[in-house]
Amino acid sequence: MTEPVLRVRGLTKKYPGVTALDQVDFDLRRGEVHVLFGENGAGKSTLISIVSGAQRPDGGTIEAGGRAVELSGVAAARALGISAVFQEFSLMPTMTVAENLVMGSEPGRFGFVDRRRIRRLARERLDEFGFRIAPDRLVETLSRAEQQMVEIAKAFRPELSVLILDEPTASLTDEEAERLFALVEEARGRGIGIIYITHRMAEIRRLADRVTVLRDGRLVTTVPGDTPDEQLINLMTGRVVEDLYPELPVPGTDVVLAARGLTTFDGSVRNASFELRAGEIVGFAGLMGSGKSAAARACFGLERVDSGTVTIAGQDLTGAKPAAVMKSGVVYLPSDRKQEGLFLERPLRETVTLPWLRRAPMSTGPLLRPGRERAVAGDMLRRMQLSPADPERPAASYSGGNQQKGLLGRALLGECTTYLLDEPTVGVDVGARVTIYERIVALARAGSAVLVVSSELPEILHLCHRVYVFSHGQITAELTGADINEEMILRHMMHWGEPAAKDIA
Amino acid sequence: MTASSPAVARPRNLMVSLAARGFVKIGVLPVLVLVALVVFASMSDNFLTVENIHSALRQNSYIVIATLGQFIVLLTGGFDLSIGAVTALVSVSTAMAMVAQAESSSPLTAVLVGIAVGMLVGMGCGLVNALGIASLNINPFIMTLATASAFSGLALMLTSGVPVAGLPVEFSDWLGFNKIFGIGVPIWIAALAAAGLWVLLTLTRPGRHIYSVGSSPKAARLSGISEFRTLLLAYVAAGGLAAIGSVLLTARIETGEANLGASLPLQTIAAAVIGGVSLRGGSGRVIDAVLGAVFIGIVANGMNLAQINSYYQMIVTGAVLALAVVADRLRSRLAVAVYAGKV
Repeated sequence: MTEPVLRVRGLTKKYPGVTALDQVDFDLRRGEVHVLFGENGAGKSTLISIVSGAQRPDGGTIEAGGRAVELSGVAAARALGISAVFQEFSLMPTMTVAENLVMGSEPGRFGFVDRRRIRRLARERLDEFGFRIAPDRLVETLSRAEQQMVEIAKAFRPELSVLILDEPTASLTDEEAERLFALVEEARGRGIGIIYITHRMAEIRRLADRVTVLRDGRLVTTVPGDTPDEQLINLMTGRVVEDLYPELPVPGTDVVLAARGLTTFDGSVRNASFELRAGEIVGFAGLMGSGKSAAARACFGLERVDSGTVTIAGQDLTGAKPAAVMKSGVVYLPSDRKQEGLFLERPLRETVTLPWLRRAPMSTGPLLRPGRERAVAGDMLRRMQLSPADPERPAASYSGGNQQKGLLGRALLGECTTYLLDEPTVGVDVGARVTIYERIVALARAGSAVLVVSSELPEILHLCHRVYVFSHGQITAELTGADINEEMILRHMMHWGEPAAKDIA
Repeated sequence: MTASSPAVARPRNLMVSLAARGFVKIGVLPVLVLVALVVFASMSDNFLTVENIHSALRQNSYIVIATLGQFIVLLTGGFDLSIGAVTALVSVSTAMAMVAQAESSSPLTAVLVGIAVGMLVGMGCGLVNALGIASLNINPFIMTLATASAFSGLALMLTSGVPVAGLPVEFSDWLGFNKIFGIGVPIWIAALAAAGLWVLLTLTRPGRHIYSVGSSPKAARLSGISEFRTLLLAYVAAGGLAAIGSVLLTARIETGEANLGASLPLQTIAAAVIGGVSLRGGSGRVIDAVLGAVFIGIVANGMNLAQINSYYQMIVTGAVLALAVVADRLRSRLAVAVYAGKV
């Protein structure tokens, strides 16, 4: 047993009507990766925002390095060697990588900023992590993954003793995630204590020394990192893992959507041919940037098509606009819900009903019927088990899982024949996943064609009748039945030799 | 569970909590209007008389109408800096068409022809803006700055800078000085325009599309909304509303003026923002825009009656504008806290 670098006792945080954290105890040892695990709203974010000094607790004590401390702000926490990398980045987009890395402690000379030294310091810092990013690049020209790397490099400082990572791989390609894991392991080797939030079981298996499970703001238990997945999910939800994926219905045979030799203008998809059939759930598997998402987007008119055809319900809709594709009964659920899905400051109702306003009972002739619209949206949110199912709250005020359920509800409201779902459970906790999986299977049972584009292997394995594997823009395999297993999918994902670096645009 | 600053997250007591909720719900403007009314009423006995209120509202109705036009464009996440130049060009072309037509036909026909020409010119200007912004992808700020210069130049060129006089007296009688049920025609028309816009925005699909394109153009596109058609509607409507305001103003001053409305771009944006319309697009109600414009009118009128120097008035308007932006930001932060159940 090593001395904890951080010891939290009886931590409590109350908001009127909600107790976000209730008497939580938590220890972090030197040189361990300690995963915080729980559904959205379980209290993970509140815990790390208190530990990183961003919020003040209402009760409880925090000890760092054996002394009781008062974390009066982020700067105070940082002075104690506690740094956090949140999902929302804190970089200045219009400044260079180097300037961001030294921000707050710029080396100076005669009162002027010493540009050359800044660049050298940044270079050293980036090299130390093996990040191939030029220090002179503006942050706004970096991909999300690269920004993440800069953010992490920024959090690492010589006196670092506690590093907090909040879902750090959410926007990384697998190759980049691999590099992040190596980094985390190295930090652990140096004796840094790491608090790591993730929803992904694979990362827990890979990194965790211990896992602390939170539910409804309360500590459930702290268990060793090699605790089986089933047991962890059970602890988190009070549910058994077999219940996660519903039984699949018998698929139909009628082809609803067919792509032949599809090639996009930017080369993200090359010569891809695939079919979706009524009553069937088809999976697109592949690494990030393999073309699995671009292929779905091309069918919906969101990627410029260079050659090949997309036929929907017997109609040639190659390169048609989203509005035209929707008219033929296709709907697309985007993976980036904040950018492409939600109208954040508007009531969630407007996001849900917008594409279908023309339909009865929400319109009579040219006029909308606000009462009916509210009822339709409210019904759908209740069916999707949102909490609270209040259609008039701004979309931005809902948690990620609820937002995703709202967007899926919007797709369901269309009563379409074909559903293109791009990462339907990205950033969603297990509770919301169960609802989403149930709805997806119900769609297939009702005779719709469903496409699930997913980076989550379990979804591909348990939710799909048929799977196309993408690698470097091409389809490398079509799998059915017993062939849909982890080994086959991974082998075809890597089909084209080593992954290229072109994902980092 | 989003992190927010402790000051926002922890209400001190019930009163603070209630005040915060009220503020999120209705904004800061009703309070400001009330304060302004009380202050000016105590400073001048003439302020709260029926005549003064009527004349203040009438003078203010032109700005209200122009603000409605600016408001639609702001909702889409854009700007219309050409609103003043459109006002000038409409004034000049309405007047010239009217004068020309009056030589050969009855005053009624001349007035109708003049108004029709003015409306077409206003909507045409909006169309030019829309085409630049929606199909050539020019930033709305730059596009309308460019057209502001061009439309102004055109108005000056048409008149050589000389006001167009000799309008039929009936024009001014009907639209400038006439009252219906004791209320001036411009007030009626401003009210009708506001009501019409409310119907468009809250009860029709194109209205909803305006909000959604302003809130997130990408998400709107994925919902099958045509950004092009939506922007076209917004800018043409803005041009049309500018034209209505311009025709009424022209009737009031009885000449076509190429210098009309020079201060409108900033005044209308200020009015909308004070009312709580977001400059980021996607949020704001008709009533916000109207109240914002009326508030500016009340302040101007009150300060006039209190014989406050007009230079000070400009300073006050500027201060109120800046404060309104701060209040707006506080309001959106509080809104998140309120919905998260923290206040």
